[in-house]
Amino acid sequence: MAGGPARQYNNRLIRWVEYRMPIFSAVEATIGRDMPTPKNLNYWWSLGSVLFLALIIQIATGIFLAMHYIPNGAMAFDSVEQIMRNVNYGWLLRYVHANGASLFFAAVYLHILRGMYYGSYKAPRELLWIIGVVIFVVMMATAFMGYVLPWGQMSFWAATVITNLFSAIPLVGNGITTWLWGGFAVDSPTLQRFYSLHYLLPFVIFGISLLHVWALHVHGSSNPVGISTRSKQDTIPYHPYYTSKYMSVIGLSFIVLAFLVFYEPNFLSHPDNFKPADPLQTPANIVPEWYFLPFYAILRSIPDKLGGVVMFGASIAILFLLPWLDTSRVRSARFRPTYRYFFWIFVLDVIILGWVGAQHPEGASLLIGRLATAYYFAHFVIILPFVGWFERPRPLPESISKPVLKSGAAVAEAAE
Amino acid sequence: MTKLRGILTAAAVSLILATGANQVSAAEAEALPPAQDWSFNGLFGTFDRAALQRGYKVYKDVCASCHAMKYVAFRNLVDIGFTEGEAKALAEEYEVAGEPDEFGDPTTRKAALSDIFPAPYQNPQAARAANSGALPPDLSLITKAREHGPDYIRALMVGYEDAPADMTMGPGMNYNVYFPGHQVAMPAPLSEGMVEYADGTEASVEQMAEDVTTFLHWAANPELERRHQIGFQVMVYLILLTGLFLIVKQRVWRKLDH
Amino acid sequence: MATTAPHPGEEGPRRDFIFVAAISASAVGAGLAVWPFVNSMNPSRDVLAEATAEVDLTPIEEGQRITVLWRKKPVFIDHRAPAKIEEAEGVALGDLKDPQADADRVQRKEWLVLIGICTHLGCIPQGQRVGERLGDFGGWFCPCHGSHYDTSGRIRKGPAPKNLDVPPYSFISDTTIQLG
Repeated sequence: MAGGPARQYNNRLIRWVEYRMPIFSAVEATIGRDMPTPKNLNYWWSLGSVLFLALIIQIATGIFLAMHYIPNGAMAFDSVEQIMRNVNYGWLLRYVHANGASLFFAAVYLHILRGMYYGSYKAPRELLWIIGVVIFVVMMATAFMGYVLPWGQMSFWAATVITNLFSAIPLVGNGITTWLWGGFAVDSPTLQRFYSLHYLLPFVIFGISLLHVWALHVHGSSNPVGISTRSKQDTIPYHPYYTSKYMSVIGLSFIVLAFLVFYEPNFLSHPDNFKPADPLQTPANIVPEWYFLPFYAILRSIPDKLGGVVMFGASIAILFLLPWLDTSRVRSARFRPTYRYFFWIFVLDVIILGWVGAQHPEGASLLIGRLATAYYFAHFVIILPFVGWFERPRPLPESISKPVLKSGAAVAEAAE
Repeated sequence: MTKLRGILTAAAVSLILATGANQVSAAEAEALPPAQDWSFNGLFGTFDRAALQRGYKVYKDVCASCHAMKYVAFRNLVDIGFTEGEAKALAEEYEVAGEPDEFGDPTTRKAALSDIFPAPYQNPQAARAANSGALPPDLSLITKAREHGPDYIRALMVGYEDAPADMTMGPGMNYNVYFPGHQVAMPAPLSEGMVEYADGTEASVEQMAEDVTTFLHWAANPELERRHQIGFQVMVYLILLTGLFLIVKQRVWRKLDH
Repeated sequence: MATTAPHPGEEGPRRDFIFVAAISASAVGAGLAVWPFVNSMNPSRDVLAEATAEVDLTPIEEGQRITVLWRKKPVFIDHRAPAKIEEAEGVALGDLKDPQADADRVQRKEWLVLIGICTHLGCIPQGQRVGERLGDFGGWFCPCHGSHYDTSGRIRKGPAPKNLDVPPYSFISDTTIQLG
């Protein structure tokens, strides 16, 4: 089906281009004609499309905001207010951009959890997963630097705290932070370089996303059953089936985004960021944006500066190793009764970490944070390998087509 | 499976509730500002024009002697129901720095519509010097820059009381039920009848607090009415569109399911 | 069943209608969403607010020209001597590339107010400062591509297609004009 020789195109323009630069057949060679897709994908598989759209929204609003924003310590806060008050629809662009970041992260977390539940990272999709984690890391860097730009109190102190993480590195740490700041503290030079990188990185994300999509289409999407497609019976064309199926999810995401933008535009931000940056006064309780809270909690759980930074890095880096830490040969949690419980406990653990990240680091929340941090790592390095070894997976159906016929469980049980 | 999920969710929720409750009792210090039924709340919320204009009068006669509002210009007063002529007359009550004259000496001129509200102090140092070391914050964004926003600002205005006997107050500090730590440098700004409203409304402390809070919330969110208006249209559009997409999906997939 | 995937539109007009409705509704929404982006590049509210400027004419002596800034553009104010006025009024309209009587270009004869931007490609013509070239017609001369303007600011020679623009202004007193 894929990569057949010299397909004849009906559209004359396409033929004209194809003859001179065979780009259409090159794309078809990767994704296959009509993009055959497993027929049993559920709504959780729509998040990739949502993420692509979120990236486009962020880039589009960002480019227009950049036309009015001034990356200078003395003028940044004022220029944001200029956007909010005087630029035509400036408030709309800015609120969409700020809340769009939250939509982006909400979708990426669900996308990641979907991959974890259905074992989408397993062979032959390890590289696809790794590229995805790289995108996630670049996203975090982009979001962090973007949060600094309004130059409010939270912006300033987030920049100070996060850049200070690098000072934990032995010997060269202080040199690195000074280099990152371009001064002796976070100041205009820091803001200007963050702005430059905040503009650059989304395009890097876009580029890596193309690699992600390329890697995806080599073996195609995984699916809720977790067994590979075997025949034409198992697949349907992406268009119109999945385009029609996923448009409603995109619509729903837009509804959520629009509600935030128009009715609760500052629900996810912090009042302190409406105070201009003041290098002489730290806010009483500095918290990152909600999407960083679990990782922030891990950072603060470790009572040692270097240790905290290392664990913070490790909590993200460990995702790269996930395809090898999970020893089970069965992909989907549908057929993994034990893993399924641990998956939900892991989700709960991350939510607890998120809650801990928003509390003052003392008393009960500190203890809960330490336990939750320990469990976070235990999930990856102890539970996943052992469950993979000892779990008795339920029997897999013969093919994708079988369980989708009526009730998948019945077919699976009958095969036992 | 679903049962387990239910149990986990219940556990998570109760944990969050329990610790949230702890949070409140641990922070017994400040009273929670009572939530008000503001005209600008809700999906169709708009600003009460009369309250805005009264609120501007309170700001101008009371707050402006210490607090700047550097993001609001006289031209913006047209948005709260003043005519352009009225806004211009209000602007011209103030003298602002003009262009240097032909000898390079500083001049002053009457403020114009395009000028921002004049600041009461030249610089932060002067502001601190005049307020026993405390810096009166700029009020342009004040309702966005405080937890509980407008509810807190209103509560702060009416929250002055005598300090409890067992509390030692710092020199020049005032006791307020709602201020974090209870000791605030700003003395109670409002007193009965201190402002004379043009529309004859009685200027009780409560009334002035509400009016000035409405004005300040407008100053912080001048786009609010437009935002609500566009928002409603966008929401209706998106909900209908999503419904349409669901129908399309069903029709496309119907072939496959049988 | 699914070996050759069924395609939409096979059920006839009803289904087509839903498809067309969904696609056109999306397209209309996307189209409307473009407007905030485009409009954000138009002049912002604070820029529009500074669109008027008042000019005191008392210090300008007869024969003197001054330049003031209005909407970030140079505005020429020429206190014309009687000879210059006569010269401007004496031109036959037939000799003009962009025919316009001097009387239609001034509110008070002795005061000529012009936007000091050459109508060719936007340079600022010379003639405001003492010693600068006035061109062949005693008005202004644009050094970029050699356009000559007369004492009423009308194009007489060179590539410029139109006379120098007269900005909207009004005398708010005998000695003060308001631009814009």
